[in-house]
Amino acid sequence: MRVIVVGCGKVGTRIASQLSTEGWDVTVLDNNPAHLHRISDSYDVLAMEGDGSSYTTLVEAGVKEADLIIAVTDSDEKNLLCCLMAKRSGHAAAIARVRNPVYHSEVEYFRENFNLAMAVNQEHAAAEEIARVFRFPSAINIEIFSKGRVELLTFRLTKDSVLIGKPLVYIHSHLRCDVLVLLVRRGSQVIVPSGEFVPEAGDILSVVYSQGSSGGFFKKIGIETDPVHSVMIIGGGRMSVYLAKRLIRERIAVKIIEQDEKRCEELANTLHEAIIVHGDGTDEDLLMEEGIQNVEGFAALTGIDELNIILSLHARGQNPKAKLVTKITRIGFTDVIESLDLGTIVNPKDITADFVVHYSRSLQASMDSNMETLYKLADGQAEVMEFHVRQKSEATGRELRKMRLKKNVLIGKIFRGGWVFTPSGPDTIEVGDNVILVAKAEDKILELDDILDT
Amino acid sequence: MNYGMVSYILGWILKIEGVMLLLPAFIGLGYREPESIWYFVAAAISFVLGFFLALRKPRNRKVFAREGFVTVALAWLVMSLVGALPFTLCGDIPSYLDAVFETVSGFTTTGSSILREVESLAHCTLFWRSFTHWVGGMGIFVFMLAVIPLLGGSTFNLMKAESPGPVVGKFVPKIRDSAVILYAIYLGITVTLFLLLAMFGMPIFDAICHTFGTVGTGGFSVKNDSYASYAPVLQVITTIFMILCGVNFQLYFYLLARKFRLAFRMSEVRAYLGVIALSIGIITINIHSMYKTTGEALNYASFQVGTIITTTGYMTADYDLWPSLSKTILVLLMIVGACAGSTGGGMKISRMVLLLKTIKRELDSIIHPRHVRNIRFDKVPVADETVRNTNVYIAIYGVILFGSMLLISVDNFDFTTNFTAVAATLNNIGPGLGAVGPTRNFADFSAFSKCVLIFDMLAGRLELFPVLLLLTPRSWKKY
Repeated sequence: MRVIVVGCGKVGTRIASQLSTEGWDVTVLDNNPAHLHRISDSYDVLAMEGDGSSYTTLVEAGVKEADLIIAVTDSDEKNLLCCLMAKRSGHAAAIARVRNPVYHSEVEYFRENFNLAMAVNQEHAAAEEIARVFRFPSAINIEIFSKGRVELLTFRLTKDSVLIGKPLVYIHSHLRCDVLVLLVRRGSQVIVPSGEFVPEAGDILSVVYSQGSSGGFFKKIGIETDPVHSVMIIGGGRMSVYLAKRLIRERIAVKIIEQDEKRCEELANTLHEAIIVHGDGTDEDLLMEEGIQNVEGFAALTGIDELNIILSLHARGQNPKAKLVTKITRIGFTDVIESLDLGTIVNPKDITADFVVHYSRSLQASMDSNMETLYKLADGQAEVMEFHVRQKSEATGRELRKMRLKKNVLIGKIFRGGWVFTPSGPDTIEVGDNVILVAKAEDKILELDDILDT
Repeated sequence: MNYGMVSYILGWILKIEGVMLLLPAFIGLGYREPESIWYFVAAAISFVLGFFLALRKPRNRKVFAREGFVTVALAWLVMSLVGALPFTLCGDIPSYLDAVFETVSGFTTTGSSILREVESLAHCTLFWRSFTHWVGGMGIFVFMLAVIPLLGGSTFNLMKAESPGPVVGKFVPKIRDSAVILYAIYLGITVTLFLLLAMFGMPIFDAICHTFGTVGTGGFSVKNDSYASYAPVLQVITTIFMILCGVNFQLYFYLLARKFRLAFRMSEVRAYLGVIALSIGIITINIHSMYKTTGEALNYASFQVGTIITTTGYMTADYDLWPSLSKTILVLLMIVGACAGSTGGGMKISRMVLLLKTIKRELDSIIHPRHVRNIRFDKVPVADETVRNTNVYIAIYGVILFGSMLLISVDNFDFTTNFTAVAATLNNIGPGLGAVGPTRNFADFSAFSKCVLIFDMLAGRLELFPVLLLLTPRSWKKY
């Protein structure tokens, strides 16, 4: 399978490297030779210098034979133009990054008329994710499956939780909750647990449950489930706008602190209900004055990663109870960042890359099953996927207890005919089901049959 | 320096060499030669050594530029040291240093020999001598990348360090596919040449050895008089194939991929063919009176031009006896060399073209001081880094050339001999003029001079930088 990635900035590089390790023939196009040098030195991709919006360049890069083209330059217009040309000259599926809010509201129009497979808007996707964690502040992360019917929630186990020291079957046998632990992170270790696994304080658990059946569980294990009522956002970029709109719709009080006066006016025009404060987010007195000590949610979304980290640490010191969200785009050093208490970390480029990788896998897979959703957990070491089963295959129609699954594969939920259940030994996977499962990244699962140990 | 990884890669190289050493061993077995047992022994040594070096798969498998360069240089050295073992063990080349010289000359596709007489050697020795040309021609790392799914992403630095030319690119996104394509083209040319030679009456064993020597642009022959005693038609076929193998292999890829426009745009290949045509023309006129017919003169001229510019090193005529103009042209061709990305050596046509363009730009900038202009190659602007690298390359080349001449002058040969001996080894050609002329050999040099020439051959084949990095203490530091 061949893919052309146009633009190799942060997102492009990540997508290219990920797709190349997944076996794609990757060609990268960029104007900047320095970027190309860096990427071709460290990954097995073909780097070509040239403008992705030039037809000749695209043809030279092999657009006529390509199966997928991903346009992620900084310019929305260039991305759309590039995809448009690719669609006209070959059979490639096209993905464009479109970030401008003006275009975003018209994205359906673009999708249809430009024939795009997907338009990625990383700021919007990140904002959605942040809004979810404000709705459930105890979570580090919440992802949704089956159009919101199933949720995957990641949280840290506190010292006083009743789960500590008891095997995981306890959740089912004593708490009587239909909640399944898919993944446990302990330090740098990533474990797909069995029922006998005994969690410890400080473990990070990822659990799946169908929407509405969770409340009891979190109350029983002593976790706060009330949403936040007020949020302070530092930085008034695109992501803040998407987030603010979303929060306002849920009747959460929003306050945005932005240093550029002109931008403040723009924000005030688009976001009537929010309080827009013109001032420097790094000014401690200002933060104090605006009530950092009493706010329930705090999101550091400026364009500078280091600043966001400092702001979140400051907020943690001033207000230990607030739910923190820190945007980190550029900095690596995951181990250091994880060891700091920064609340939920949001990385827009990872979100985009995950989106694209998910789509590319569904292109690669056979027609039997279709990967509908893919989330990477634990810094990409584990993947939670949702498959829609289209046709009979090796994995369908057999009792689960009779199938030999790969060691680190765990089937979480099955969504069948409008209801969700946790499968057990005698259950089967049938055509029409949506199956949600977890696997380690090294298992490289592209389609449902890949879960079988052959 | 990532020592674990260096040792792991060296181990794999030795394992591959162990397998390769089995080929001459079986050939020897076929001819019922007692020498073949030593090839089995050498294969075993190579394999066992490789097995232990590659025993532990390192956790950190990053190959940065530094590791890439040092590993490649080291691998070529180790490969030659091991490859020389059977020569000495079986007694065909009693001195180990001479055997190393011969093997390095083989792997680097030089073709300079210390043997006064080759026809009495065992078949397995002759085969191994020629086979090293074939392996060295396209490169052992390219071979390794093609057959062993070894290291993942960062192996490009290995290929970069081994492949000739100022800019190394891939044909297709995957490095492994690129390596496979290269070897497929190489194999295709090899088989075609072998069939042609065999068809036109060369004995099968000679045809095999000469095919290896020609497509690898090496130059070891199985005859004492090299190519002189073969029929003119065989000489013509060999001339054509030598020239074909001096072409940048990218051209063949473009032709196979039906990208004719890109193929035609390769100015390096056009310059290469132009230089060949011009040289053949001048030399033919120049030596016309020495031979009976014009056709004969043309055949000799074209074979000699082909063998020198592609840095092969076969010969059909003793050009030491030719007029001075012809000899000078040949010496200049020695330095020019073949195309980048081919199996040939020398400074490479593309560097020459870049050099001339840089000179032109400098002159322009004196006439029009504010004139802004790029150097363009194949209609694409060349990065300043590449231009700088080329200039430095030529400077280092000069330093090594004259430094080596100074070092080997202690043996008290005349100037022509010294100059052409260094030029012939540094450019991986084979024979030079004077005491190392086409009918003579390198046996009379002292041990010290042989070491200098071994260094020159390796430096020339790996394009200077890897070998120099090997000698830079800083590249061995852990940080």
